[in-house]
Amino acid sequence: MSSIKQLSIFIENKTGRLAQVTDILAMAQINMQALSLADTADFGVLRMIVDDNDKARKALQDAGFTANTTSVIAVEVPHRPGGLNDILQMFQANELNVEYMYAFVHSRKNTAMMIIRCKDVERAVEKLTANGFVVVSEQGLQ
Amino acid sequence: MIFDIEMETLPREELEALQLRRLKNQCERVYANVPFYRKAFDELGVSPGDVRSLKDLARLPFTTKQDMRDNYPYGLFAMPIDTIVRIHASSGTTGRATVVGYTRRDLDNWADMMARCLSAAGITRRDFIHNAYGYGLFTGGLGAHYGAERLGATVIPVSGGATKRQAQILRDFGATAMTCTPSYALHLYESALEQGIDIAKLPLAIGVFGAEPWTEEMRAEIERKLGISALNIYGLSEVMGPGVSMECAEAKCGMHIFEDHFLPEIIDPATGEQLPPGSEGELVLTTLTKEGIPLIRYRTRDITTLNYTPCRCGRTHVRMGRVVGRSDDMLIIRGVNLFPQHIESLLMEAEGTTPHYQLVVTRENNLDHLEIKVELPAEIFISDEIRRIQQFERKIQKNVKEFLGVTAKVSLVQPNSIPRSEGKAARVIDLRNAG
Repeated sequence: MSSIKQLSIFIENKTGRLAQVTDILAMAQINMQALSLADTADFGVLRMIVDDNDKARKALQDAGFTANTTSVIAVEVPHRPGGLNDILQMFQANELNVEYMYAFVHSRKNTAMMIIRCKDVERAVEKLTANGFVVVSEQGLQ
Repeated sequence: MIFDIEMETLPREELEALQLRRLKNQCERVYANVPFYRKAFDELGVSPGDVRSLKDLARLPFTTKQDMRDNYPYGLFAMPIDTIVRIHASSGTTGRATVVGYTRRDLDNWADMMARCLSAAGITRRDFIHNAYGYGLFTGGLGAHYGAERLGATVIPVSGGATKRQAQILRDFGATAMTCTPSYALHLYESALEQGIDIAKLPLAIGVFGAEPWTEEMRAEIERKLGISALNIYGLSEVMGPGVSMECAEAKCGMHIFEDHFLPEIIDPATGEQLPPGSEGELVLTTLTKEGIPLIRYRTRDITTLNYTPCRCGRTHVRMGRVVGRSDDMLIIRGVNLFPQHIESLLMEAEGTTPHYQLVVTRENNLDHLEIKVELPAEIFISDEIRRIQQFERKIQKNVKEFLGVTAKVSLVQPNSIPRSEGKAARVIDLRNAG
């Protein structure tokens, strides 16, 4: 029962910036598990779950990128209609506010996973677990 | 500590008598030895003999940077070239370099003045000075160097660049004082921190910063981050180099111009008229003791004020305010006068730090556009919230609009992506007349 580390990278609105990031990560032998790109007219924030967060962050920072680690929750989404709805209803009932989320498929487990960022990560993990949802730890993601 | 107690505390009457005597002498010398000045005096119908009081200064011709370029390289020298023992030159980023030559006595005076500066900052012969001004044609490095030696301090001639190594030297050699540009001090701080060296924890206690305009906010930031007392020094190579004026540690309020060597005036940059004491305008300096290349009424292009009220440190020499802009760096954007320092203050207000920035001015469809490139401060990205970043962006935009009435596009860029100059920071890129 724990939160996991997410890598957030500030991306200047400039051609080739994303490719630079993926290139740096490739060189550092980093494997990406999930990612999402939030963009505004002027800049973007790339968020990703990688197999070695510290190494990836350091490689990016060394190359001049602004990169940071944030805590997020990885939770399994039941593979049936209403699966995600159950999670979000539970969030609402406990007044947990989702800042952003993105989905991916866990290749080994072959299940849908949701990455969720909210203000009170610890309490959210607690509530999810108490309500029978499967919160995946960092080891569990590998 | 006052290095030259007699000269630096000379009562104003005596000081002015000395200035007049020296001014007359300089006029005689340039008229006799520099064709440019003979012509300039003749054209205005004045002769050196017309200088009877300091008020007559206003009748004398100005000297501009362009005049120095026109007489490149040695045309304004007033002494035979074999008496010149050193040459310095300005960077020449905006045209031909300006070249200056020093006689042995010029270097002697310069070292004295620089020693006065370091002393005014509270530096003594027991101090170790990390001198990170560039050594070379630029006057900063050697100017500070010989001043430090004159004072009897221990000078560590690191020069500019190789920042990583500088942080180690700063730590290992135990410098107690440093001299460099203020932007480089912050750059060095950041670089040192990346190597795990916190400058605030080192013995470093005093910084003498100059060669580029900076703000009180930047002083506060440097003092807080580096844990030192930061003082402002002023100079320009055309007139001598660093050490033309210096803040005293006692007041930290304005830089004493060494009036036994320089005669200052403030003029309206547009009309050339002298302005009354206390007015903001362009600083004009006349050298009183220079032999190699004496200058009459040199237009510094620096915008400042002169304060003749007595200073608590006991020096009688006039204090010039912080340089708030350059009359030729002044940007006119849609009719609004704008100095890069204005933007710097606004950035400071937006986040409480001075991020590195660059102003890019373009013209589209005959309209001026101002873009402010700002390096995203790490504090803003601590959470990865987009809203927080956007708030920062909008705050700058709003401040600029409110205080200057100019709409600017704010572009957040990656840290360290705006080039750092080791000498003067290149804050403005004006593309309006390009291509």
